[in-house]
Amino acid sequence: MVKDPRIPESLSWDTFLRGLWKENPVFVMLLGLCPVLAVTNTAINALAMGVATTFVLICSGILVSSLRFLIPKQVRIASYIIIIATFVTIADYAIQAISLDLYKALGAFIQLIVVNCIILGRAEVYASKNNIVNASVNALGMGVGFTFALLCLGVVREILGNGSLFGFDLFGPGFQPWGIFALPPGGFFVLAFWLFLFSAVQNRRQKVQHQKETLENAT
Amino acid sequence: MIALATISIASGLFVVLTFQLTKSRIEANKQAALEQAVFAVLPEASVRKNYFLDTTGLELLSDESFAEANIFAGYDAKGELSGLAIEGSARGYQDIVSVLYGYSLSNESIIGITVLQSSETPGLGDKVETDPDFLANFVKLEASLNQDRTALENDIVTVKNGKKTKPWEIDGISGATVTSKAIGTALRESTNQTLPLLAKHKDSLQMTIPMEKGDE
Repeated sequence: MVKDPRIPESLSWDTFLRGLWKENPVFVMLLGLCPVLAVTNTAINALAMGVATTFVLICSGILVSSLRFLIPKQVRIASYIIIIATFVTIADYAIQAISLDLYKALGAFIQLIVVNCIILGRAEVYASKNNIVNASVNALGMGVGFTFALLCLGVVREILGNGSLFGFDLFGPGFQPWGIFALPPGGFFVLAFWLFLFSAVQNRRQKVQHQKETLENAT
Repeated sequence: MIALATISIASGLFVVLTFQLTKSRIEANKQAALEQAVFAVLPEASVRKNYFLDTTGLELLSDESFAEANIFAGYDAKGELSGLAIEGSARGYQDIVSVLYGYSLSNESIIGITVLQSSETPGLGDKVETDPDFLANFVKLEASLNQDRTALENDIVTVKNGKKTKPWEIDGISGATVTSKAIGTALRESTNQTLPLLAKHKDSLQMTIPMEKGDE
């Protein structure tokens, strides 16, 4: 399964889809859990965080990939961090310019994208070894996968904890919100629920494949 | 090393460029947010003037320097002073809660508050921003000065939900006790500090402003 990382892979649907499902940064690799738990109390926060992270992922991926022959091996991590930090600062200013309310809701987690291991991981493992097109497609896939995961949590937590979705009231005034889901413990509960669902689906898939193979071997 | 230095320089340039490009937008956003807050606590106001108050006096600032101001005067459509918006802050459950409150000079009471900054628990502490029963406390909350104009006649306090009997008491929210107390503390400290000073330097406050023609 593990490919030799030194050989650049050819572009395929898999480059994009891997981040979404097979190597989903949250549900499979369990990376970047800090923002996953912290800013998913509403769907809109989750979406904004996902979009900001995707922006940083793609931009830093493109830049790291295009500079991959120029950056000496000894200073590569420092260079990646500077590149990532630059784009995070740009995203930070952009969000302030778009909406102060959103900026307040996301708080320190925008700046903390700098230390999000998904991004440094992509730069080190993928972007620094592949061409620009592959790197950007892979980063987009990872970003979309991350946003998808954040939304999975954000939607459930907002519906249960606030009785609304993207700020629209769903159940009317009679609904008694299940407050704990808007609080940090709710983040853990919902994350555990999604992880369980994800691994259950993946286990079943593997089992079916295994059965198929044994059947084929037997005949 | 040259690569790292080049990347750093390019990054620096990029960041400065973004800062310059977004600066005016961010500034405008901040001003709009503040303006909205001022008009939210002073329902009759339609024009805002910035003031800076300290022990040496009350000073009128230009319209642009809202960041330095600590008191905002609101004027209604006829150009008459309808109230002052003053900031106060106190420690809440998670972090500092800062509020802006509208103060009416004519009936010496708080006529509205809005939360400027809080990171209180969603669903519990942040109810202070939305709970209609709690906000009803601030339609007319007494904050009158004593005879010698040195302190408040009665300190503003937050009491338990349903226990409000006096016009200077705030009816707290059960489930958001700490945050509603923090708002009471913020108002108490800020009114005790600001209002005696304000009474001393009241003369520098414009009571009416000329309105532009055709602005009826």
